[in-house]
Amino acid sequence: MNTVDKMITDAVQQEIVRAENLAAGYPGKTVWQGANFSFVRGEFVAIIGPNGAGKTLLMRLLLGLQQPVKGTIKLFNSQPKRGNPKIGYVPQRHLIDNDTNIECIELVRLAFSGTRWGFGLSSKSERKTAFEALEAVGAAELAYQPLSALSGGELQRIFLAEALVSNPEILLLDEPLSNLDIRRAKELVQLVNKVVRLRNVTALLVAHDINPLLPFLDKVVYIANGKAATGKPKDVLTSESLTALYGVNIEVMRDSRGNVAIIGIEDHHGDE
Amino acid sequence: MVTNSYIFNANLLIDVQQMFQYQFMQHAFEAGTAVAIIAGIVGYFVVLRRSAFASHALSHIGFAGAAGAVLLGINPIFGLLTFTCGGGVGMAVLGPRAVNRDVQIGTVLAFMLGLGVLFISLYTGYATEAYSILFGEILGISSSDVLITVTASLIILAAVGIMYRPLLFASLDEDVAEAKGLSMPLLGIIFMLLVAVAVSIAVQVVGVLLIFSLMVTPAAMARRLAKQPRNAMIISVLISLMATWSSLFIAFYEPYPVSFFITSMVFVSYLFVRYIYPSRICLECREKFSSLSLAKHLQKTHPNI
Ligand SMILES: Nc1ncnc2c1ncn2[C@@H]1O[C@H](COP(=O)(O)OP(=O)(O)OP(=O)(O)O)[C@@H](O)[C@H]1O
Ligand SMILES: [Mg+2]
Repeated sequence: MNTVDKMITDAVQQEIVRAENLAAGYPGKTVWQGANFSFVRGEFVAIIGPNGAGKTLLMRLLLGLQQPVKGTIKLFNSQPKRGNPKIGYVPQRHLIDNDTNIECIELVRLAFSGTRWGFGLSSKSERKTAFEALEAVGAAELAYQPLSALSGGELQRIFLAEALVSNPEILLLDEPLSNLDIRRAKELVQLVNKVVRLRNVTALLVAHDINPLLPFLDKVVYIANGKAATGKPKDVLTSESLTALYGVNIEVMRDSRGNVAIIGIEDHHGDE
Repeated sequence: MVTNSYIFNANLLIDVQQMFQYQFMQHAFEAGTAVAIIAGIVGYFVVLRRSAFASHALSHIGFAGAAGAVLLGINPIFGLLTFTCGGGVGMAVLGPRAVNRDVQIGTVLAFMLGLGVLFISLYTGYATEAYSILFGEILGISSSDVLITVTASLIILAAVGIMYRPLLFASLDEDVAEAKGLSMPLLGIIFMLLVAVAVSIAVQVVGVLLIFSLMVTPAAMARRLAKQPRNAMIISVLISLMATWSSLFIAFYEPYPVSFFITSMVFVSYLFVRYIYPSRICLECREKFSSLSLAKHLQKTHPNI
């Protein structure tokens, strides 16, 4: 194999996600269509868009929980299948409440071994693995705290550990920043960024506000009005490109600190 | 059952020896122990999945089955098992959210109780049958019922042993568990079947109407006392066992129903765990001590409670 071939195969291997002319939705209802994008290994990607635009839907496609309406989506060069251990997932919805008096490490451990049969009596090594995942997100001191006693920011770190415990190659994080104040949001984004760079994993992070993410992003997917635009933030998030894509007048405004606000499809979107 | 003719002796050993001379007491302890263990374990999953009302409803559905069986001259336990399993699978198939639909469940529950009343009234035998299904009659349990109870308990134990982690995972974080490949519909059905069988055997001890006291309350207490699911289940089983054993013991001497003693004991412990034990007394100890050592610590620092 000559070096050029090798470079080509390397480049192909590096591609983690590829969508071609992809349309997604629920029976009898297409939510968005005509999406083309690809993400490579080690990319930090934000997925933004208004409520109901179909961001969670994209995650469900990648998780194999939902089939495309049209087009193809490939994950690691094959069709997404449910139960892929290479995916770390933080869902938008959680069942944790005031009554969930279960220590954090138990949740993380279950994300590691919860699909296995048996009682798991020899849980020592599992708990050790879980503890390491908690350490990696700086939550070692929370390991034996009950989930019900944690703040929103602490919980999100636990969920991140839950996603990381199986050593995934791609992270799907559905709105991990909701309910966080600006400082906690920044901390969590920095943590995700650290994970992305250190472990060379790809991260797709769904958010409503892109601004805390902007300094770290490699790519952004903007989903709205049944369409999806993808590219580098500075290319996608411009008045010209969004207006061209959506056919209506969309304005992207930037303030002196570089914060972005997208006005037109949804007022105040991304406004801080 | 005339049980008030036995004389309580200060020597507990003699008391126990005397008690176990009677076969009905042996049977009661055997079945009661099996039920307490199963209710404590399954109950933990019930509270974790917020399905307390669904399990309560299952027992009422079982009432119609038990009454129907009495009418047909079959052992009520088979009617109970048939109806609770059918109802449980039905609820699970209607969707995982169905388990939380209070109004629909309540409507079916009332209908089933009504059906049971009809069956009982059609049965021209004695009304004590209805009474024992509604409130339990552990002191009259037959040796074949003990055998059924123990067998069912072993099956449940094996099932929980095999599916412990998936069940726990699905109860705690449904979305991630689903993404990791666990089948939520299948686990939902299995869970409801476990509850159905557990409820059916527990009805013999506390009856259809008092099922909460064994299936839900001890587990709810245990959940407050332990942060590790395994420990919580152990505590839940211990509470159910203590309530059942001590109630059987007292009922041997006192002419009141066993179910009354069980529900009272569970209720008093619930009040303790819910209102006296918690943070108000000693907020910071919660972090410093594990739940069990906290109990000891409280005994030392607050001997008056
Ligand atoms: N089970 C379902 N059946 C039919 N339609 C659904 C279902 N779940 C979601 N939808 C619809 O699909 C669309 C996309 O939903 P999705 O959850 O992906 O939006 P989202 O971008 O994640 O929104 P949010 O920001 O509120 O989380 C919405 O219009 C929603 O109403
Ligand atoms: Mg969503």
